[in-house]
Amino acid sequence: MTEEIKVTCLHDRHVALGALMSPFAGYDMPIQYVDITTEHNAVRNKVGVFDVSHMGEVEVTGPEAAKFTNYIFTNDITTIEDGQILYGMMLYPDGGTVDDLLVYRVNENHFFLVINAANIDKDVAWIMEQAKNFDVKVENQSEQFGQIAVQGPQAEKIMREVFGFDGSILKFYTFVRGMHWIDDTFVWVSRTGYTGEDGFEIYAAPEGIRWMWDKLMEAGVQPCGLGCRDTLRFEAGLPLYGDELTPEISPIAATFGMFVKLDKEGGFIGRDACARQKAEGTPKKLVGLELEGKAIPRHGYEVLDGDQVVGYITTGYHSITLDKSVAFALVDRSVGELGNTLNVRIRKKVFPATVVKKRFYTPNYKK
Amino acid sequence: MSKIIDGLFYSESHEYVRVEGDFGYIGITDYAQHELGNVVYVDMPEVDDEVTAGEDFGAVESVKAASDLMSPVSGTVVEVNEALEDEPGLINKDAFENWIIKVEMSDKSELDALMDAAAYKAMIGE
Repeated sequence: MTEEIKVTCLHDRHVALGALMSPFAGYDMPIQYVDITTEHNAVRNKVGVFDVSHMGEVEVTGPEAAKFTNYIFTNDITTIEDGQILYGMMLYPDGGTVDDLLVYRVNENHFFLVINAANIDKDVAWIMEQAKNFDVKVENQSEQFGQIAVQGPQAEKIMREVFGFDGSILKFYTFVRGMHWIDDTFVWVSRTGYTGEDGFEIYAAPEGIRWMWDKLMEAGVQPCGLGCRDTLRFEAGLPLYGDELTPEISPIAATFGMFVKLDKEGGFIGRDACARQKAEGTPKKLVGLELEGKAIPRHGYEVLDGDQVVGYITTGYHSITLDKSVAFALVDRSVGELGNTLNVRIRKKVFPATVVKKRFYTPNYKK
Repeated sequence: MSKIIDGLFYSESHEYVRVEGDFGYIGITDYAQHELGNVVYVDMPEVDDEVTAGEDFGAVESVKAASDLMSPVSGTVVEVNEALEDEPGLINKDAFENWIIKVEMSDKSELDALMDAAAYKAMIGE
């Protein structure tokens, strides 16, 4: 049985722009409009816009919304104020990752969860199941929202010029919501992104998103596909669910422990497993690798210590910004020390690689 | 519409062979470079390596993906196009001019199994 492929509210725009389209997470998505390098550089140096309407949105409301959200989330939402956002994960009891997500705090009775497109059905079922013993309402709003991401050093300028929106009111990881720009359209704007650059993510009903996209195109903003979304997030050291975080890879193994608040009040699902992993060390850990030469390490390629297989590449590219071949790899903890030399098998050849920090590019956020 | 050159031999996996005596210049077609997008790396064998018809001898890579190179003929590599090491994008500029390896063919009858320009044109639907 093949599932029918879904489209976003901007699908006709992508086709009209001549984008290379490909299925991703059940949606027919634009991979590139021009080429990945051009779009990548537009975001690093100027500004670009992404259609990320495939992402899922879940609203949690009710008297126990705060307590419940904190119970399914690794980060601690009691540390933020209304109008702030936190990044973190939902975990299985064994510490494996259900998904990584953003949690928007509207108020203590209202939270807005942004989840990965590929995981919408799984996540919603998971959240609903956990919600049984809480006085909360969980609503999957994914079909109601389109989403675009305006990313790059000129994002604030473009938001002002195109929408008359004063982005300077928003610090990194804060948001506003209300009637903006178009009659009868409720819009959420946050200073967030997945590129390592300054930028904004905008959520609204499909009609509003189409209007905004067209305005941005008229203003000459570069449309950017999922191809460069991956190269950008990778350089900035950000994980992709399915590659660096999976049901088998906990945030502790992926070394994103800073988003896991083991000591928060009330605990959370997966807390004990994470505490144990942190104390004992996971058998595998995620590391950065820098290769000698131009050969490109790809997802799934073997990582060796001498001639012994010790892990595999989770994501790898010839970095556009750094002009070097770099990768994330999940390897045996014993060989994962910074500076250690490993080997990566690329087809028939083996290339030396040094263990380096995962953040290949220092993000330019407006904190 | 992709460029196709008469007189070359074409494989189903979009490589071509330009024959000069016992030697074959092997590269990817214009159609293939277009499908692949910007080439950022070409993984080539070394001189004196053996290649076998239908087996891979390297890869061409875009930012996003690696695409195996399948040899259309068997033989010994006598030259690799070293210009591609520094400038892999030459393949996008002119895929037929910028061959990847030069092979001394061990069995020229293998060419009979390949397509001519008209058949290749029909295969890619142009």
